[in-house]
Parts: sequence; C-alpha cells; structure tokens
Amino acid sequence: MASATLTPGAALGSQRVSEDVRYYEDVIRLFTIAAVFWGVVGFLAGTFIALQLAFPALNLGLEWTSFGRLRPVHTSAVIFAFGGNVLFATSLYVVQRTCRQFLFGGEGLAKFIFWNYQIFIVLAALSYVLGYTQGKEYAEPEWILDLYLTVIWVLYAVSYIGTVMTRKESHIYVANWFFMAFILTVAILHLGNNVNWPVSLFGMKSYTFVSGVQSAMVQWWYGHNAVGFFLTAGFLGIMYYFVPKRAERPVYSYRLSIVHFWTLIFLYIWAGPHHLHYTALPDWAQTLGMTFSVMLWMPSWGGMINGIMTLSGAWDKLRTDPVLRFLVTSVAFYGMSTFEGPLMSVKPVNALSHYTDWTVGHVHSGALGWVAFVSFGAIYYLVPVLWKRAQLYSMRLVSYHFWTATIGIVLYITAMWVSGIMQGLMWRAYDNLGFLQYSFVETVAAMHPFYVIRALGGVLFVVGSLIMVYNLWRTAKGDVRIEKPYVTAPHKAAVGAA
Amino acid sequence: MDLDQITVALRSFWTVWLMLLMTGILVYAMWPGNRSKFDDAARIPLKDDGQEF
Repeated sequence: MASATLTPGAALGSQRVSEDVRYYEDVIRLFTIAAVFWGVVGFLAGTFIALQLAFPALNLGLEWTSFGRLRPVHTSAVIFAFGGNVLFATSLYVVQRTCRQFLFGGEGLAKFIFWNYQIFIVLAALSYVLGYTQGKEYAEPEWILDLYLTVIWVLYAVSYIGTVMTRKESHIYVANWFFMAFILTVAILHLGNNVNWPVSLFGMKSYTFVSGVQSAMVQWWYGHNAVGFFLTAGFLGIMYYFVPKRAERPVYSYRLSIVHFWTLIFLYIWAGPHHLHYTALPDWAQTLGMTFSVMLWMPSWGGMINGIMTLSGAWDKLRTDPVLRFLVTSVAFYGMSTFEGPLMSVKPVNALSHYTDWTVGHVHSGALGWVAFVSFGAIYYLVPVLWKRAQLYSMRLVSYHFWTATIGIVLYITAMWVSGIMQGLMWRAYDNLGFLQYSFVETVAAMHPFYVIRALGGVLFVVGSLIMVYNLWRTAKGDVRIEKPYVTAPHKAAVGAA
Repeated sequence: MDLDQITVALRSFWTVWLMLLMTGILVYAMWPGNRSKFDDAARIPLKDDGQEF
C-alpha cells in the first residue's frame, strides 16, 4: 500500500487509493453483546443441570425443566449461542482487519445474519424445552430449524469468503485459513448429519435417512468434527490473531502455523470413530479413529507451542496483563485437553473412561479452559476497541474473573476425574464368584459428593462471568476504575507517563 | 486399461498421494526462499489497523 501514496502525475478521474480503510463494526458490537449474554445464559443453564444431577428434586417434576430437555439447552447455548456468537464477532472482525477490506455484502447482509442467528437460537432452545429433538448430540434441532440454519450459514460463508476474495492485503493471514476451514467444514458436517425425512410437511418430527450403526458413524463424524472445526479450528483462528495482537509480537513461527493448519485439518476429520469403541462399528474403523486421534497429538501440540512461544521474550506480560493471561492460559488448557483426548481414544483407556464422568470432565477442560478462556481474552480485547475506549474499566476485575473461573474449572475437572475413574472401576469390579460387585445405583450414589463439587465449580464460573459483564458494561460506558495499576514493562510505563 | 481401471489403481494408493501432498506442504512451508514472505505475513495483524482513539 505504501507504493500507492506517491502518485503525483495521476490523471484526473483515476481511482484514489486511500490509506484508511473503513471497517464495519456495528455488527461486531452486536455479536459481542450477544456472545456475553448467551455465555451467561449457557453457564447458568449448565450450573442448574449440574445441581439437578446432585439434587434431583430440582427437576421440579415438570417435563419442561427435566434434565433431559435442559441439557441440550445448556450445550447448544454454550457451544452455538456463546461460542457461535464469539466466532461470528471475532471472525468478522479479524477478516476485515487482516484483509484490510470492508465486510463483503455490507451492513444489510451482516445484520441479517446477526438477527436470524439469534432467532434460530431462541427457536432451537424453545423446541428442546417443548420436547422436539433429533436425539443427536449437538445436532438436536429438528429438520425445519436445520434448513433455517443452513441459509444463515451460507450467507455467513458468502460474507466471510467474499471479504477474503476482495482483500487488499495480498497474503491471506493464517487466522483466516482457520476461520474458513471452520465455516466450510461446519457447513458440510451440518448438511451431512441432518439428512432427515420429515414425517409430515407441517410437523416437526423427522427420522434420519441412514439408520443403525451407519447413523451412529455419521453422527460421530459430525460430533467429533464439531469439536475439531467449530470448537478448535475456529478458536485457533482467534488464537492466531488475538495472541500476537495482545502480546504485540508476531506469531512464534509462521511456518509452523502453516504445518499446524494442514496437519490439523488432514487428521481431525478421521477421528470420529473413537466415540464408538466396542460398539457394532467394524473394528478396523474403531482402530482408524484411534490411530488418527493419537496422531492429532502432533498438530495440537505444535499449535499450542506456537501460541505460547509467541510470548517468548515477553513473559513478564503474563504478570501485568490479565487479558493476555486469559489468552495464554487458554492455550495451555488447549494443550492439556488435546493431550487427554488422544489418551482417552486409545481403546483400553476408553474401556475404562467411556460413558463415565471422565468424558464430561475432559469436554469441560476443553470447553471452559480453552474455548471460554480464549473467548474471554478476545472479548476483553475487543470491547475497548469497539466502543472506542482507551482501556478497560478495570484490569483488577479481569484478574478476579480469571482466578474465580480458573478455580471453578479446577474444581470441575478434578471432581470429574475422580468421579469418572471411580465410576469406571466400580462398573468393572467383580466379586470372587464372578458377579458384578456393584449395582448401577450404587455407582450413582457414590458420585454424589463429586456432583456437588462440580456444581460448585460451575457456580464459580458463573460468578466470574458476571464480574466480566460488570467490567464490560462500565468499559462501554467509558468509566475507569480507580485502582492500583499493574506495574508494566518499561516501554509501557513511558507511554503511560506521557 | 480403461479409465475405470486406472481410477481404481490410482485410488488404491491414496495414502501415498496424501503423503506426497503433505510432503509438498511441508517443503513449501520450510522452503528457505519463502522465509521472508512468511515473516512479512506474520506481521499482518501488527500493522497499523487505523484505530485512532
């Protein structure tokens, strides 16, 4: 662009190349607000159903508030409503900044995507509570809502990829590769896993086109890649933009990021069968799923190293910048849960862990530690930028949020490790006559204290998110809290003193 | 040998083709001549992005 600044003899009427590019930020603000709102709703729903498991009376004796109906409300709220809005906000922000281009399709398309996605969320949640579900994990919405989401998603793809195609920056920055892989793959997964026959044209009920073990395989091809491409690739896009941006340093190795991207998308798509170990699925397919899951260690840890080492030479910022602490801790959790995942996909380990709370703990170390923390980091970065404030209302409150949420996660995942392994061991225990030693209900009773600890972890996570809401609200208003500032690195101090 | 037979023959070596594609990506990423290009690309997020406040 520097070459375009000096064009003295340019003929009249020739296109003026300007240095300043306009970005469309209204819709990013809306998506950010929606993300925070749905985040709190989703965390509250999760804490409530955690309490239901500890204290079944909280099912209230009503079908609409039973665990079975509220669980998909929680999972959809946190994954698609919170995570989805975070991904919309960050991806549409990042693509404009790194392509130096106004959002393709303009304001109208972006607002259309925003409002229809929110309507979709509300309709999906209502349908679960009223008892409509496809019965497929993370793909619960019935066929009519699936069609609605397809339209929204295709328009999102048009807006995003259109911006990339009309970019003013010659290179497509790596974060955009991850976001595009996320958008395209989620579209394919959604269409592939929702091939359903409606029972009637005006009814909600439908049946899957494939049945039996094929249906299970399609579901877990979808389910695992929802983890791999929605909750991983998309949020890695966030990592590759916001970690360098916040640390004010380029990513540790751009070459590694290219290898990270291609290996991740090559391998993830094959890992689904590990959800179906010791089922009717052919043994070779189970082994294939396990093998690819173990191979995923390499790209996962390559990516983690790339994210964390971006701070090399600036580790002091972890002490002075709680927002960066959120971002870097999220990458550490990413490393931890992507170590645990392949381990659990190994058949003998899976024989112990599958169907137990260990799986639930694993999911939450990824969902709370990686997805939510990287989202909080990005949101804390975005809100002052989007509302044109010089700084957040309070960095101390960010730190309180960080520690409250971290303690919550630690309580959650340690409780589930103990509970899950205990559950697995109790299920497989035999007495000396060869009978099962415990009845199922005895294993449930044994889990009670861990369910209470898990719910307590959830309460702490909710409290942390409410601290964030207050902090962001005051930031948007333009307030600055009088507090002891973090002692920053010398070059920062010089700027502050001026 | 008609087209179908060629397709089947080629398809049975799919792991080899994927391995070659992967190797190509690795060579591209590690090629010394691409280093400066990637160093520039890594700085894209850090370029002035027109925030004035």
